[in-house]
Amino acid sequence: MFYRETGQYKTTYAADRAIFPIRQDRVAFAVLLLVAFVAIPLLANEYWLRSVLTPVLVFSLAAIGLNILTGYTGQLSLGTAAFMAVGAFAAYNLEVRVPEVPFLVSFVVAGLAAAGVGILFGLPSLRIKGFYLAVATLAAQFFIEWLFTHVGWFTNYSTSGVITAPPMTLLGFSFESAESRYLLTLCIVVVMAVMAKNMVRSELGRAWMAVRDMDIAAEAIGINLMKTKLTAFAVSSFYCGVAGALWAYVYLGTVEPQAFDVLRSFEILFMVIIGGLGSILGSFLGAAFIVLLPIFIANASGIFGDALSAETIAHLEFVIFGGLIIVFLVVEPRGLARLWQIVKEKLRLWPFPY
Amino acid sequence: MKREIGGGPPVAELENIHLSFGGLQALQDVSVAVKPRERLAIIGPNGAGKSSLFNIISGIYTPSSGTIRHKGGARPARMKPYEVARLGIARTFQNIALFSGMTALDNIMTGRNSLMRRGVLGEALQLPWARRQEIEHRRRAEEIIDFLEIPSVRRTPVGELPYGMQKRVELGRALAAEPELLLLDEPMAGMNLEEKEDMCRFVLDVNEIHGTTLILVEHDMGVVMDISDRVAVFDYGRKIADAPPDDVRRDQAVIDAYLGTAHEH
Repeated sequence: MFYRETGQYKTTYAADRAIFPIRQDRVAFAVLLLVAFVAIPLLANEYWLRSVLTPVLVFSLAAIGLNILTGYTGQLSLGTAAFMAVGAFAAYNLEVRVPEVPFLVSFVVAGLAAAGVGILFGLPSLRIKGFYLAVATLAAQFFIEWLFTHVGWFTNYSTSGVITAPPMTLLGFSFESAESRYLLTLCIVVVMAVMAKNMVRSELGRAWMAVRDMDIAAEAIGINLMKTKLTAFAVSSFYCGVAGALWAYVYLGTVEPQAFDVLRSFEILFMVIIGGLGSILGSFLGAAFIVLLPIFIANASGIFGDALSAETIAHLEFVIFGGLIIVFLVVEPRGLARLWQIVKEKLRLWPFPY
Repeated sequence: MKREIGGGPPVAELENIHLSFGGLQALQDVSVAVKPRERLAIIGPNGAGKSSLFNIISGIYTPSSGTIRHKGGARPARMKPYEVARLGIARTFQNIALFSGMTALDNIMTGRNSLMRRGVLGEALQLPWARRQEIEHRRRAEEIIDFLEIPSVRRTPVGELPYGMQKRVELGRALAAEPELLLLDEPMAGMNLEEKEDMCRFVLDVNEIHGTTLILVEHDMGVVMDISDRVAVFDYGRKIADAPPDDVRRDQAVIDAYLGTAHEH
């Protein structure tokens, strides 16, 4: 009844290709931004900002990166965490060696470094597809983790093999508090998410999806497969690289290469699959789901009190977590983004059945 | 409408083409040319080499020997399919090869990708050129959607469309590239009479209004005889006839090899 586009006529192609063509969506998005930028920093406590919402945002960014590669271009990758590691270590090394570089610049360099590495490990995609490509990207995962663990230069010869992110200051302001770090992350993630949305709804996105859906037809219609795949690897890795730098600077502070192990890659792949392959919104939903669900399960298990041992509860959490993932995938294999789409379609008719 | 066939070098010309897969000779010493604005049909039994010929023209296969000319000039021996597409050669596929996850509109827009500029940062930031480019090409895509009478399905993911509609969208995607030469691989396959009539009308209009040269592989003899200017007949990887439809119909070699020997009922 309230969610209707009746009477909202589009008279130009420009209006028709807007990200939110329906007025209600635009209002909802504006409210969401207002909540994220104003209400949450005012209302949320330190724990939620630092340990829940900021990680959700950083993972969303990484998930967007992987979604561009796997969801939009159809190139399965298990090296996401490695590309994040490249970003984190690139930003660190730049700032250690050239301290006067502003941290935002080093984030961009982090992205570019990851993009370069992404192109390199994307080269096998020109010959192999599917699971075989996944194995090739797995090699990137193990190689890069090994490189940062064993080659001292990357950690500036730190004896513990751990790097400590330098403080972030911009025009004299130091990003120390949980609020400032959350807002910094939010700004970067929102800007980059809009950029990703713009790419996937333009010429570039159509080329990516064409390669995903039918590569022979894509090439026969004039799409350069090599260039398009490598661009996807570069853009995807850029996003992962920035996410990695954020993970190190904003969330962890001190980083060891094992923070970017293969489990992290799988975690981000789960986010993309559960959120919805080929959806920017899905990247956010998937990241939120994977980060928040264990927290809710942990809180919910508190009602058992002392009836169960802490160890049993910890194990139960894993079981419930895994079970819920399976349930969600069975209910809607195309992910949370698809569920949201169905809800919107139903909402257009509500309260009438059709 | 009177069409001028010819004038200028052949749009595509194959000369002494051989193609073999291991020991199998898919094409043997095939020479065939298509003149500007001509409608050339290629017929032959299964396995005669019709699709191989298409794949050679569109760069998916590289011939073992022989020359391919484009508007009089020899093409490099090896060309990638996307480079061939950029010469102005578009094609459809025997089994529909649409981008199934995308809408009909996006499929047709993708047909115009080779005419569009690529700039990652510009597209990400939607700089004025990127926005203008999307809108300009959208206008052209909408013209094709109107021409093919599919405006009602433009927002539908093509995977959900019925077969006949998918064939239309695939034709639309090929047309979107504004090709000079259009290769249609069994455009009428699996269609009912009405759908075939529609498809014939679209194909003839494209040829007559835009002057697009056509090569079509087709099994429906009625369609072939009605719409083509010339018919090339293939059998076992060789071209056994190349003449106007009426002459091919009377050609004894063709009758024996393809249409079957006449016998009493």
